[in-house]
Amino acid sequence: MSGDHGSSRISAQVRHVETLLESRGLLAAGEVDGRIDEFLAGGTPANGARIVARAWADPGFAERLLADANTAIREVGLSMAGGLQEQRLKVVANTAETHNVVVCTLCSCYPIALLGPSPSWYKSEAYRSRVVRDPRGVLTEFGLELPAGTAIAVWDASAESRYLVLPRRPEGAASLTEAELAGLVTRKGLIGTAAV
Amino acid sequence: MTTAPDGFAPGDRVRTRAVDPAGHTRLPRYARGAVGVLVERAGRHPLADDRARGLTGPARSVWHVRFAAADLFGEGDHTVTVELWEDYLTRIEEQR
Repeated sequence: MSGDHGSSRISAQVRHVETLLESRGLLAAGEVDGRIDEFLAGGTPANGARIVARAWADPGFAERLLADANTAIREVGLSMAGGLQEQRLKVVANTAETHNVVVCTLCSCYPIALLGPSPSWYKSEAYRSRVVRDPRGVLTEFGLELPAGTAIAVWDASAESRYLVLPRRPEGAASLTEAELAGLVTRKGLIGTAAV
Repeated sequence: MTTAPDGFAPGDRVRTRAVDPAGHTRLPRYARGAVGVLVERAGRHPLADDRARGLTGPARSVWHVRFAAADLFGEGDHTVTVELWEDYLTRIEEQR
């Protein structure tokens, strides 16, 4: 389990190895931090909000997004290729019948290159262990009360794909521009712990 | 664990491996020995269990496998879709 890294022994080991690699000239000072900054550059939930707004505004885009998200997001100038290799993005759409919620029970897999770092609760052992067993209870704690008839689909990011939830377009948002629509989307909505 | 069976198709019913391996695996404990349905293929990747041991192997299929919560936990009306390497899966032949 990789629940907490903060001041654990593994952190000390990593720092020790980093120091050794630097002292042997295999790694430039600050190179690891630089690579991480590079990986995170441009990663923000606003990217996810743009994808969702385009999908709400353009049903054709929504269809392409659900069929092949990696190709579709290039239409809005985004890519999953920010890391060492392009990761597969799987977009799952909420409907009147089904609400989707994403978790990584084994660690904390998340579309970081696209959305930036995940929220701390997403990495907590409480969220990871409970949302697969009792999603309705966990969502209620997040303030999301789903109708009893709405089915819940939990997605466990246990391998190589990364996930994004496509929330339902709010009622009464018909006259909004795409930028205004994007402003309605929250990071929790993109993970599935909020309606939008 | 070096073969790549790759004989699966969406809709197939599968049972996951029940054993608790000595090393790294991406088959979560709660989904072991359980029956689920293949939803869609999630690409092809070398087996994480092997990579964690420094072994290289061929890419093999990874699947979105959907389970009924009641089959995993004995309760719940939701589904849980887990992403699993085909190496973890055995197809359940339909009884006729």
